[in-house]
Amino acid sequence: MTAPTPIRTKAETALMAQYEALRRELPKQAAGQSAREAAMATFAASGLPHRRIEAYHYTDLRNLLREAAPLAHRPSATAGSSVEAGRFLGDIDAHEIIFVNGSLMHAEGLASQLPKGVSIGMVADTAPGILDGNDAVVALNTALSRETVTLEIAQGVAVERPLHLAFIQDAGAPQAVFARVCVRIGEGASVTLLESHEGPNAIATQSNIGVEIAAADDARVEHVRVNAEGDKAFSLSSLGLSLGHRACALSLNLILGSAISRHQILARFAGAEAKLRLDGVGMLDGGRHADVTLVVDHAMPGGESRELFKTVVDDRANAIFQGKIIVRPHAQKTDGKMMSAALLLSEDASMSNKPELEIFADDVQCGHGATCGALDENLLFYLMARGIPRREAQAILIRSFLGEALEELSSDELREALGGLIDSWLVRRS
Amino acid sequence: MLEIRNLHAEIDGKPILKGVTLAVKPGEVAAIMGPNGSGKSTLSYVIAGKDEYEVTKGEVLLDGENILGIDPDQRAAKGLFLAFQYPLEIPGVATMTFLKAALNAQRKKRGEEEIAPADFIRSVNRVADKLGISREMLRRALNVGFSGGEKKRMEILQMALFEPRMCVLDETDSGLDIDALRIVAEGVNALRAKDRAFLVITHYQRLLSHIVPDTVHVMADGRIVKSGGPELASELEAKGYADFAAQTAA
Ligand SMILES: Nc1ncnc2c1ncn2[C@@H]1O[C@H](COP(=O)(O)OP(=O)(O)OP(=O)(O)O)[C@@H](O)[C@H]1O
Ligand SMILES: [Mg+2]
Repeated sequence: MTAPTPIRTKAETALMAQYEALRRELPKQAAGQSAREAAMATFAASGLPHRRIEAYHYTDLRNLLREAAPLAHRPSATAGSSVEAGRFLGDIDAHEIIFVNGSLMHAEGLASQLPKGVSIGMVADTAPGILDGNDAVVALNTALSRETVTLEIAQGVAVERPLHLAFIQDAGAPQAVFARVCVRIGEGASVTLLESHEGPNAIATQSNIGVEIAAADDARVEHVRVNAEGDKAFSLSSLGLSLGHRACALSLNLILGSAISRHQILARFAGAEAKLRLDGVGMLDGGRHADVTLVVDHAMPGGESRELFKTVVDDRANAIFQGKIIVRPHAQKTDGKMMSAALLLSEDASMSNKPELEIFADDVQCGHGATCGALDENLLFYLMARGIPRREAQAILIRSFLGEALEELSSDELREALGGLIDSWLVRRS
Repeated sequence: MLEIRNLHAEIDGKPILKGVTLAVKPGEVAAIMGPNGSGKSTLSYVIAGKDEYEVTKGEVLLDGENILGIDPDQRAAKGLFLAFQYPLEIPGVATMTFLKAALNAQRKKRGEEEIAPADFIRSVNRVADKLGISREMLRRALNVGFSGGEKKRMEILQMALFEPRMCVLDETDSGLDIDALRIVAEGVNALRAKDRAFLVITHYQRLLSHIVPDTVHVMADGRIVKSGGPELASELEAKGYADFAAQTAA
């Protein structure tokens, strides 16, 4: 008996053809090649994930990804110089590391501009180190990213200015961008990473970006990711975090753009007594769809994790939060708390909240909560009775609701810049 | 200045105001007293424009204009102010930011320019000092973690800052200690003026010995059942509301 041949969707067939084309384009390098082959085999076996796969229940890619846009061409080495990246972040003074259509710009020059103790490089191997290679989106990212850009912070180095990974879609027609970045933060080192994604409006761009951040023992990292993609963008992203002993990590995800976005996070406690903070700010309007799916995996004892996701959903938009805290058998004394709160601003807006705990250790403190509701009419009345018009009163309450998710950032400057993004969304709304 | 004519209002189909008629002249301080649940706060909310109450009959005129059809923010811009019985906590909104947004929104609607930041801070500080509100409190989120008395003082601060012409005070005295009561009363008295009027809702004669009213009205079961001068307040203090309850039942 032969196994039944799966029926492939048009997009699946196109993705497999793109892989064949890319394979011919890339130099034959044994190291990278086997990982790509394996990833593509994984993808070929599973296809695009659909609603019966739990993690994709609310974002059925088989249904949503009708067309796989052609792979973006590698831009010329200087293409990035005409684009000003991350302008929306205001005056944040950072080291810019620019990716145009997934390719690192000015790779040679960059090395000398980065601060001491920070090195950047490129390797052919795209095998994931933290992310789950069996996940279809990760598998596609492995197969179709041209290389892994590596960023290393040497042991004990405290990087003062943030490093800004600025991803820009430079597109005049639909195109797909794949990229993989791997950041290693050495023992006792500390760094702030900004990661921004921008693209044109009105063009159906696609992206699949994989970022891995490995924090060694006693390392500290604050990671702020901003999705400011165009209004027709289809954005898939995966973040893998690994925390060594006593490492301390914060990752904040702010969603402002994309027609459809799905951001998945896999955070692994690889050392004891590490601390993790995952925060989220989501602003959705129109018919947009944004999914945040995360797994916090406590595999070591004494870890602490906190999640706070705040989402406002207007018009016919659709937001999803799926969060799972796993506490493995010997991860005793784990302290994990997860909260997702949503404000629905219109009758047709929707939010799906699915927090979960999977606990296999007995001496732990874990909890989760989820709320979903409209703006408090009593608070609105109070503000209006003081002369503030309804729309502005709503904006004040939304701003304070979302602002709570920015409170843990250590940089006031960054908090203000992100607050500015919230304000700009509120202005657009009014 | 404020004229309420045969006002009927209900919530979820349950009638609460059952024909309130009351007039307050410019310069007048009118007090409303009445048993718990008689509809005093409801009246204040309907005047200010809270939309969960449905007005089924009657009018509320401010300077001769029926304000029932307009939004609360527009009523505020026309000079109406309600000091809430239970001021709300607004987490994440700095008190100063709120005060400025409110003041400028009112000015804008009146066609005035935004207040200069320095003038704004000076005005707030001046009023805060008079009311014994510390700078530290002004730096906090609006009313968050304030004691009951502090919240009431913050209401009066807003009143003094916005300089409304028609002020409705809903049990501003409850929850205040003796000193705070005096401070708040002084704050109100300082604002008494020929072209400004007050409607003071209270349960206690004590407040009215500090803010001496021109008229006193008794509310029971959604109606004004008796009106008189300041002596009516002392009479109530001595005898309670039993007589009026009987009147309503009759
Ligand atoms: N939102 C509401 N839903 C249902 N009933 C309400 C609501 N608001 C007020 N009521 C009812 O209306 C009546 C009048 O209430 P109101 O708060 O106006 O009384 P009050 O005179 O201010 O009383 P107090 O002296 O205790 O402050 C009460 O019976 C109260 O239960
Ligand atoms: Mg009351």
